[in-house]
Amino acid sequence: MSATTPVPRQQKSAAFEYLTTRKDEFVGWARKFSLFPYPFVTACCAMEFMSVSSTLYDTDRFGAALPRFTPRQSDLLMVVGTVSHKQAPILRKVYEQMCEPKWVIAFGVCATSGGFYQNYAALPGIDKIIPVDLYIPGCPPRPEMVIDGIMKLQDKIAGERHPIINQDF
Amino acid sequence: MGTGENLLERVQASLGAQALETGMAHGILVLQITAESLVPVAGRLKQEFGFDLFLDVTATDWPQRRPRFDVVYHFYSARDFVRVRLKTQVEETDPTVDTLVPLYGSARYMERECHEMYGIRFRGNDDLRPLLLYEGFVGHPLRKDYPKQREQPLVPYRDVKP
Amino acid sequence: MSLPPLTTLPNPIRPAFTKGLTPGSVIVNIGPSHPATHGTIQIVAEISGERVVRTDVHCGYLHRGFEKECESHTWHTLIPYVDRLNYCSALINDFAYCEAVEKLMGIELTPRCRHLRTLLAEYSRIADHLTCVAAALMEMGAMTAFLYLVTIRDYVYEHIADLTGARVTHSYGRIGGLARDLPDGWLQRLEEILDQMDTFVDRVHGLVDRNRIFIDRMRDVGVIATAEAINWGFTGPILRSTGTPRDLRKDTPYLSYGELEFEIPVGIKGDNYDRYYVRMREIDESKHMIRQLIDMLQPGPISVDDRRCTLPEKQAVYTEIEALIYHFKLIMDGIQVPAGETYSAHEGANGELGFYLVSVGGGVPWKVHCRSPSFVHMGGVHRMLDGYQLADLVPTFGSVNMIGGECDR
Repeated sequence: MSATTPVPRQQKSAAFEYLTTRKDEFVGWARKFSLFPYPFVTACCAMEFMSVSSTLYDTDRFGAALPRFTPRQSDLLMVVGTVSHKQAPILRKVYEQMCEPKWVIAFGVCATSGGFYQNYAALPGIDKIIPVDLYIPGCPPRPEMVIDGIMKLQDKIAGERHPIINQDF
Repeated sequence: MGTGENLLERVQASLGAQALETGMAHGILVLQITAESLVPVAGRLKQEFGFDLFLDVTATDWPQRRPRFDVVYHFYSARDFVRVRLKTQVEETDPTVDTLVPLYGSARYMERECHEMYGIRFRGNDDLRPLLLYEGFVGHPLRKDYPKQREQPLVPYRDVKP
Repeated sequence: MSLPPLTTLPNPIRPAFTKGLTPGSVIVNIGPSHPATHGTIQIVAEISGERVVRTDVHCGYLHRGFEKECESHTWHTLIPYVDRLNYCSALINDFAYCEAVEKLMGIELTPRCRHLRTLLAEYSRIADHLTCVAAALMEMGAMTAFLYLVTIRDYVYEHIADLTGARVTHSYGRIGGLARDLPDGWLQRLEEILDQMDTFVDRVHGLVDRNRIFIDRMRDVGVIATAEAINWGFTGPILRSTGTPRDLRKDTPYLSYGELEFEIPVGIKGDNYDRYYVRMREIDESKHMIRQLIDMLQPGPISVDDRRCTLPEKQAVYTEIEALIYHFKLIMDGIQVPAGETYSAHEGANGELGFYLVSVGGGVPWKVHCRSPSFVHMGGVHRMLDGYQLADLVPTFGSVNMIGGECDR
């Protein structure tokens, strides 16, 4: 058998395209209901994170209840609270340790932009060092806002491409 | 409160000679002392007068003044419920005072903080590594001449396309 | 994705030791991103087998430049920063800071404001202790107790939000008074919540107090003696757990504490179990105080009638030129605080929370320094960790209740 040459994209059959689209839809549906968050908890927003994950608001309903306290087993990095310049290398390292696919939520205004800490100590938003998928504003955000954010992220995951074997499939 | 006020009067009468200036400010006895008499005065406060709780050490920056810095200490007596503030002035060229670690264990951390924030050196405290700041941070952020927004990032920023 | 390579990442800290004292010992790094260190503390420990030989505690991962930030805000506009020091009990911070400024200005509060501040400070203290106990229990695996306590804490948060507009960080204190008066029916709901709290807290008592696993992990772990605790500057529930009834609310009564009847719960030997129990008992005492304060509250103004600090009535601003000028000056220039310096301390939920203020006159503070209990506790926490098992580090750290915002400022 000779080595197969990769088929150029534009020459793929319609059936293949149909298959990959349905596959993406299916994998996205599965992935959006099994988010394992890694809470990178630093500051005030942790109080709301505790509320969100317990009885009254209950993120279990969205399949995002069980926090994994090791980045290697999680696929959603929730950066909860201010990240200072001293904390920045730790955040980078945690992000690098997570396996693909992975998503990042900036929880609260400090993680989003530094908030009202515009000084020598605070990092002006975590997107300066890692890519972010979703920003939740508020200082700290109310639990309803966080739930809304998680649902928005689920929509995003459902609409994404999900390559599982190679770039094409 | 009677015994506490008596105590402050006794402290004032007894330590007044070693102080450059004494006075009461909002219920706290303030003693302005020289840097050399800091350890003897603090020692007598602890041993003779029972000021057993070392609350705080910080500094104040007066850029227009010589000497430039005030080093400010607060002590509390858990028996008589009164506080004493010691203030000593140090020069910018040689901002050195003696450490209080042999008297109070809690001075260890607070002197580290004061050292990194204002650059005050505490002679005898051998552990003045950065505490709230990080290795490689240049300057003393709470000095008035440190610009508030001068950042010294440890992680290089990504190029974010808007 | 354009991330710079990982290998260039610098280490923000320099550990005090990199080699063990004995050949068999190992250096272990714990944190800062670790659930048991609340995300902001790094502990470098030397362990021999399972026993901790010595520890090097690093904080500063949440240093946000509070004191520098204060020097570029007016006395009033820095209140939101003060709130975010101890975010579990933001109202206590508010009132401690406001009282320090009021001392400098020589302002006497109205009785209603005094009582209301006391009530809210105690309410806040309850929320703080609930958070601390809930987190400590969860870290030991008692998830049910965590859910009970967080549920009742959520009721408290929502209830405070009815008054202040925010669940966690309220910005409710004002120099010379409070932001607004109580809404209708607030006190009635308060009594309902206090009754519900009894049920929830009793359930937690039933779950853990005499639980064999809990006792084994808490009793005789993290012991500290009174003399040692004072030497390391400990205050608050940690000092009280060693058997010393030191409490600023009793020793130097401020606000309305002089008129209230309450006890100071103390522990027996200063271990984790005592710290847990002191906090639980303080919740009871706070409830007792709140019930007294509800009866003491009389109608009246909540802010002093002093144009140096209190904004005029909105109606007057629209109709009288003088009121308009005062409003404008207070908003644009800020409060003019006379030159001077003061240190004022309140009994925070974790210990002595002091503010050292220096004013040179004018609308902006020259220096605001916060004497935070958590920071001082971190300076001495190694005395409670050394010599115990590595697994004991988790309950001990939980019972100390380190709050990052307050510790690193």
